[in-house]
Amino acid sequence: MTALTELSLAEAGQGLEASDFTAEELTRACIEALEGGRDLNAFITETPDIAVDRAKASDARRADGKAAGSMDGIPIAVKDLFCTEGVLTTAGSHILDGFTPAYESTVSANLKDSGAVMLGKTNLDEFAMGSANVTSYYGPVKNPWKGPGGKDMVPGGSSGGSAAAVAGGLCPGAIGTDTGGSIRQPASFTGIVGMKPTYGRCSRWGIVAFASSLDQAGPLTRTVEDAAIMLGAMAGHDAKDSTSAPIDVADFSAGLKEGVKGMKVGIPEEYTLDGMPAEIEALWQQGMDWLKGQGAECIDVSLPHTKYALPAYYIVAPAEASSNLARYDGVRYGLRVEGETLDDMYMATRALGFGDEVRRRVLIGTYVLSAGYYDAYYRQAQKVRTLIARDFREAFEQVDVLLTPTAPSAAFAIGDKMDDPVAMYLNDVFTVPASMAGLPAISVPAGLDGDGLPLGLHLIAKPFDEVTLFRSASALEEAAGFDARPPSPKGGAS
Amino acid sequence: MSYLISGESGDWEVVIGLEIHAQIVSSAKLFSGAATAFGAGPNTQVSLVDAAMPGMLPVINEHCVAQAIKTGLGLKAKINLHSVFERKNYFYADLPQGYQISQYAEPIVGEGTVILDMPDGKTRKIGIERLHMEQDAGKSLHDQDPKRSFIDLNRSGIALMEIVSKPDLRTPEEAGIYLRKIHTILRYLRTCDGNMDEGSMRADVNVSVRHPGEDLRTRTEIKNVNSVRFVMQAIEYEVERQVEAYESGGEVVQETRQFDSTKGETRPMRAKEFAHDYRYFPDPDLLPLVLSQDLIDHVARGLPELPDEIKERFVADFGLSAYDSGVLVADIDTADYFEEVANGRDPKLAVNWVTGNLFGALNKAGLQITESPVAPESLGELLDLVEDGTISGRMAKDVFEEMMATGKDAADIVEEKGLEQITDGAEIEAAVDRVIAENPDQARDVRDGKEKTIGWFVGQVMQATGGKANPKMVNELLRKKLSG
Repeated sequence: MTALTELSLAEAGQGLEASDFTAEELTRACIEALEGGRDLNAFITETPDIAVDRAKASDARRADGKAAGSMDGIPIAVKDLFCTEGVLTTAGSHILDGFTPAYESTVSANLKDSGAVMLGKTNLDEFAMGSANVTSYYGPVKNPWKGPGGKDMVPGGSSGGSAAAVAGGLCPGAIGTDTGGSIRQPASFTGIVGMKPTYGRCSRWGIVAFASSLDQAGPLTRTVEDAAIMLGAMAGHDAKDSTSAPIDVADFSAGLKEGVKGMKVGIPEEYTLDGMPAEIEALWQQGMDWLKGQGAECIDVSLPHTKYALPAYYIVAPAEASSNLARYDGVRYGLRVEGETLDDMYMATRALGFGDEVRRRVLIGTYVLSAGYYDAYYRQAQKVRTLIARDFREAFEQVDVLLTPTAPSAAFAIGDKMDDPVAMYLNDVFTVPASMAGLPAISVPAGLDGDGLPLGLHLIAKPFDEVTLFRSASALEEAAGFDARPPSPKGGAS
Repeated sequence: MSYLISGESGDWEVVIGLEIHAQIVSSAKLFSGAATAFGAGPNTQVSLVDAAMPGMLPVINEHCVAQAIKTGLGLKAKINLHSVFERKNYFYADLPQGYQISQYAEPIVGEGTVILDMPDGKTRKIGIERLHMEQDAGKSLHDQDPKRSFIDLNRSGIALMEIVSKPDLRTPEEAGIYLRKIHTILRYLRTCDGNMDEGSMRADVNVSVRHPGEDLRTRTEIKNVNSVRFVMQAIEYEVERQVEAYESGGEVVQETRQFDSTKGETRPMRAKEFAHDYRYFPDPDLLPLVLSQDLIDHVARGLPELPDEIKERFVADFGLSAYDSGVLVADIDTADYFEEVANGRDPKLAVNWVTGNLFGALNKAGLQITESPVAPESLGELLDLVEDGTISGRMAKDVFEEMMATGKDAADIVEEKGLEQITDGAEIEAAVDRVIAENPDQARDVRDGKEKTIGWFVGQVMQATGGKANPKMVNELLRKKLSG
């Protein structure tokens, strides 16, 4: 039998259903993998006791014939941006030292209600700001995949801990959040599936906010089917989030295997970048051929405002962040550094509590909202955002989904691009436009680069058309037949 | 009415605008379900949202929106079908989010009008610029400990309306009347309880001076003034200060000032307390507030009668003077009280009793009309007793005093004390005969034509009957018996 930790989420669910093993056995296998994989630094907090309790409760439910569904008894990891009742929640930041919420985020509560077993809280870029998981107060996360000469590579970010945990075989699924690519880019870097649903599909209640108009929760899994199953347990309207869409959750796995015959796939011409690595270009072409091979029609489309998406994103997201992070002031929770006056206390607390990247974005955000600059930056960026959304709307009059690369490169070494924020920001160039338009998108592992590192392909669909997104992703997944795995954390290939 | 300050450089005219912050009557806060009761223990009415815990999100309280619409309609203002909540960013220890959710570029209510009744009987129209909704901050307590400050978040997130007037006010008195009028309208609408002592209503006052005909000059803003009297005092002080500054060759600096009510003066707030770039931007946690005309029509249908309308009705239906009517409608509780007393009775008698005896007694006792020991139906019954002759008007005053003191019904007091008027002719006649017989000299005087002495006889008879004889009957009998 395959090791329990090698099972996909769907396979694990079937195994539980068939009583091949118990949730407790599955959970203990994951806990063991967690312990063996600590070198990855994927977790900030491990919660083995909670996990075992929940696994036992799941087994008891199943014994009573009351299993809640396909997530019941499945061990998962939770990005440490989701508030979890009674469990330390850090957002990867020093400023939330010792913060243990008295409440559970809606998405993690939905998963809990569906029987999922929380293994722990995963590492992330501080306040989800980063594309390499190197800005966490709790140290960088290592990609389970090694670079040339066994070099430690970044897992991408900001959901780097969740991606590393899933890719490294520590758990079959994890939840992350995606603001400009924070699920999809790490999925691409670690050779797994990462999916960002339509803005409003999942409640943001209880997720530490980075950029409210962009943040969305989503699953990181090893297969497209797993992502569909997990999203089904996460999504749904929540009256506590005014931006949550009052739309029923579809059966995302339905029609997963129906194929793409006759589907129209748009290829946006603006996604060809100067200096883009040839292997990325080649993989993209390969993706088109795979879909065509299954009966889809590839159509060139134009999204003319694409080149403005990244600069506009780096105005909108920091602007919202500068305001969202104002509450971390040392007054009510988390870190406080005493000062002579209230202002001294604020400055000392925030100077010590926030890392460089967070400070950089708070400064950018404060600047672009300032009197005299608002019109030139923030208002202009919002206009661009409207145009980007319009580009997509027009493209979707012709096509069902769009196919692009997920990221302009494979994972890079820890320490690279650290002194060049703009190079770091360029990681999100292909994922940001869909975020700006609030569209559902997914990264599917599709191949390896010359150094043997994974590369993903990216599909974008119409608002709330996750079903078509999953269906096309499943076809791509099948055609790519990506089955490479990173070396086991204990050494040697698995 | 002109209010000009004369200076060496000529006359100075005053330009005043008010921003009134009124707490919306609502059991829950603007964006959370926490309670809003006044006087609760510190930090006992604070939700996770009000404390700005990580990941918490605001959800608009629909009741507060309806209250704002109602207020807008009461101010005869335009209701905007599309409005936007924005964040006003600044740091303070009692502002947990680090921003206040307010409305800025697109408020829920646009321009409107308020009519002021001036003491000279004329009216003045004052423009409303806008009304917007916003959350209140918490409270910092600096006097509890020598080293530390304490924070009470009970007020954090409470719903406020800010009502901004146009700079149409020209005198301190007008500003006072305007503030009182807004207070009255909001109380009629029951959208703000108007308790200034509890901080339910306060005003920021914008003041500038200019020579008549000039463009507007620099204004100063006096923050958080919490009574009509203080608003007027603050303006008077500020006007004099500004005129003096100009007259002595100086300038007025655009700044925020505070009013010290003990010294009766305004002084600049420390620069730190107001020098903010608030970095307003639309709150991404909230969708634009989109209203349907249906909703507005629905609220309009439920709108109560407003003071201006009631005033006109009192004049038309009860024949009251504009002055009496104005006094009665200035407060909704007084107007309600009066209507109940006047209903089916002589309205003028009702006015006299409400504005005379009742107001006097309440004033003496330091009570609000809602706390009156004499309920309106009880006062009405007392008037009925006068009307049907059970007691005399003079006796009624004594009964009323007893009612105020004991809270008993008029009829009970009259019965207990045996105060019914004697209307039995035979009984009165016996008393009259006795008094005439006992006072032959005075009787002769009357018969000799000394009219005045009749009055003396009336007094004697009333005294003899313990004040209970019907004075009219006494009078008639005396005239009859002494006319021969």
